[in-house]
Amino acid sequence: MDQLVFAAEVFLNGLMTGVMYALVALGFVLIFKASGVFNYAQGVLALFAALTLVGIQQGQVPFAHLINAMLGTHISSFGWTVPALLAILLTAGVMVLLAFLIEKLVLQHLVGQEPIILFMATIGLAYFLEGLGDVMWGADIKTLDVGLPQGISDGIEAVTGEWFGYGFFIDRLDIWATIIAALLVAALVAFSQYTKQGRAMRAVADDHQAALSVGISLRFIWVMVWSIAGFVALVAGIMWGTKSGVQFSLSLIALKALPVLMLGGFTSIPGAIIGGLIIGVGEKLFEFLIGPMVGGATENWFAYVLALLFLVFRPQGLFGERIIERV
Amino acid sequence: MNQLATEEGYVTADGRQIGGTLMEMKNITLRFGGVVAIKDISFDIRQGEIRAIIGPNGAGKSSMLNVISGFYVPQEGEVWFKGYRRGPMKPYEVARLGIARTFQNIALFDGMSVLDNIMTGRLNRMKAGFLSQALWWGAAEREEIANREQVEKIIDFLEIQNIRKTPVGRLPYGLKKRVELARALAAEPQLLLLDEPMAGMNVEEKEDMSRFILDVNDEFGTTIALIEHDMGVVMDLSDRVVVMDYGRKIGDGTPDEVRNNQEVIDAYLGVSHD
Repeated sequence: MDQLVFAAEVFLNGLMTGVMYALVALGFVLIFKASGVFNYAQGVLALFAALTLVGIQQGQVPFAHLINAMLGTHISSFGWTVPALLAILLTAGVMVLLAFLIEKLVLQHLVGQEPIILFMATIGLAYFLEGLGDVMWGADIKTLDVGLPQGISDGIEAVTGEWFGYGFFIDRLDIWATIIAALLVAALVAFSQYTKQGRAMRAVADDHQAALSVGISLRFIWVMVWSIAGFVALVAGIMWGTKSGVQFSLSLIALKALPVLMLGGFTSIPGAIIGGLIIGVGEKLFEFLIGPMVGGATENWFAYVLALLFLVFRPQGLFGERIIERV
Repeated sequence: MNQLATEEGYVTADGRQIGGTLMEMKNITLRFGGVVAIKDISFDIRQGEIRAIIGPNGAGKSSMLNVISGFYVPQEGEVWFKGYRRGPMKPYEVARLGIARTFQNIALFDGMSVLDNIMTGRLNRMKAGFLSQALWWGAAEREEIANREQVEKIIDFLEIQNIRKTPVGRLPYGLKKRVELARALAAEPQLLLLDEPMAGMNVEEKEDMSRFILDVNDEFGTTIALIEHDMGVVMDLSDRVVVMDYGRKIGDGTPDEVRNNQEVIDAYLGVSHD
C-alpha cells in the first residue's frame, strides 16, 4: 500500500516535470512545422529569455562588463527594479525583435537551402546567443522571481494526508507551470486552427511555393513563428529559471526535449505534450521502481533509451506524419 | 501585329466580346547567368480572353509564366498590369494584385484537406482583426461564413463536393489538378495563370479540364493565360496564341493564323535552325 501511494506521488511529480519538458519541446515543434528547420537554438533562446528577464527586472545595465572594461567605469545597475509583469512584456518585446533580426540576418539569406544548412545555421545561432547572453548580462548564476508561488502545496499535502495517511509533496510552482502550459497550448492550437495567420502558417509549413502563389509572405510568417517560439522559450525560461536558477545549464534542457520530440513526433503539438508527459512520468517512475536495483541515477539516461527504442520501432513518433517513400 | 489587337477589344469567333488590355509585357528579356531564357518578347493579354503560350520543350514558356507571376524578375523589359507599370515584385505581392496561378507539378498543401486548401486561396480577402479571429467572434465569424459560401460555390462548380474533407495528399493526380484550379479561383483573380493544366492527364481528364477552363472564363469572366504542350487542346480552347521557340516569339495571333505561320510549322516539325 505504501509503495502504491509513493508511486502515485512520483507519478504526479513526473507529470509536472513532463509539462516542463513539453514546454521546451513545443518551441521546437512550432519552428519545425513552419519552416522545416530543426532549431538547435531553442534551448539557448530559453536561456537568453530568462537572462534578459532577470536583467530587465533587476535594472542591470546590458553589456556592463564590456563598458566597464573599455571605459574603466564601474557601472552595473540602473538602480531601479521593474515590476515582474512589465519586465515580462519587455522581454517578450525583445524576443520579437530577436525573431525579426534572425529572419533578417540569417534566414533570409538561406531561403531555398537544404534543411541541413539551416540546421547548421541554428547551431551557429545557439553559440552566438549563448555568448551574447553572457556579454550582455554577465555569466553569474541568477535567481529569477516573478512572483510565482513556490514551495510545497499545503492544500494537496493536507488532502492527500487525510486520504492516504501520507501527505504528497507537490511543488506549487509545478502546479502553476501546468496551468500556464495548458493555457499556452490551448492558445496556440486555437491560433493555428482558427486564425488567418494560423492557416497561413500551416500553408507555409506544407509548401513554400504554393504559399507564395496564394499571396502569403514567407518573411512575415517566419518572423511570426520565431516570435512565437521566442515567447514559448520565455515561458519555459521563466519556469525553469524559477525552479533551478538562471544559468548556462538552462540551455541544456533542450537536450531533454530531443527524446520528447522523438516520442511525440517532430510535427505534432499534441505529440510534444504527450511525449513530454510520458518522458516525465516514465523517468520518475523508472527511477522509483527500477532505480534502486541498478544503483540509481537512471533519470540521466532513461529518456534517451526510450527515444532510441522509438527510433527503432516507430521512427515517426506517436503522432508524427508517416514517412512514405514512393518509389 | 494582327487586326484583332485594337484599343477597344474585339469579338471572338464564337461571338464573345473581349475588352481592352489587362496585362502587357514589353520587351521582356530574362537571363540565367549566360543562358537567355526569354529574348525581347512583347505581347498583351486582353480582358476576358483565353490567351495561350505554346512552344516546344525549353522554349521559355514556363519562364514567361513565372515572370508574369513574379517568381522570376526579368533583367530587361516592362510588365504592365491594369494600366500601371509593375515594379519588381515578390510572388506574394503579385498574388495580392489579383493574379492567381497553378503549377505544372502541382503545388498544393498535402497535409491539409481539400476545403482548407481552397480556403487558403481566400487568405488575402480576410480582413478581420487578429483578436476577433482568435476568439471566433464578430467580424471574423461573418467573414469566415462569407468566404465559406464562396468556396462552396467553387467546389460545386468544379464538381469536387465528395472529396471536400479528404487530405489532398491522398487524391489522384487529375483531382489534385482540379483542387489547385479551385484554390486559384477562390482568390477571385482578375488574371488566372495555368501552367500546363493538362499535362499528364488522360483523354477524359483533359476533356473535363478543357470544359472547366471554358466555363470559368464564361461564368466568372476571368481572363486566363495558359501554357500548354498539346497543340490540339490549345487551338480549341484559346482566343489568341503566342508561340515561343528558343526564348523568342515566333508567332502571335488567332489559332488559325498561328497554324498557318511557316515559322511555327518549322519549329514544331523541327526544321534545323541555321
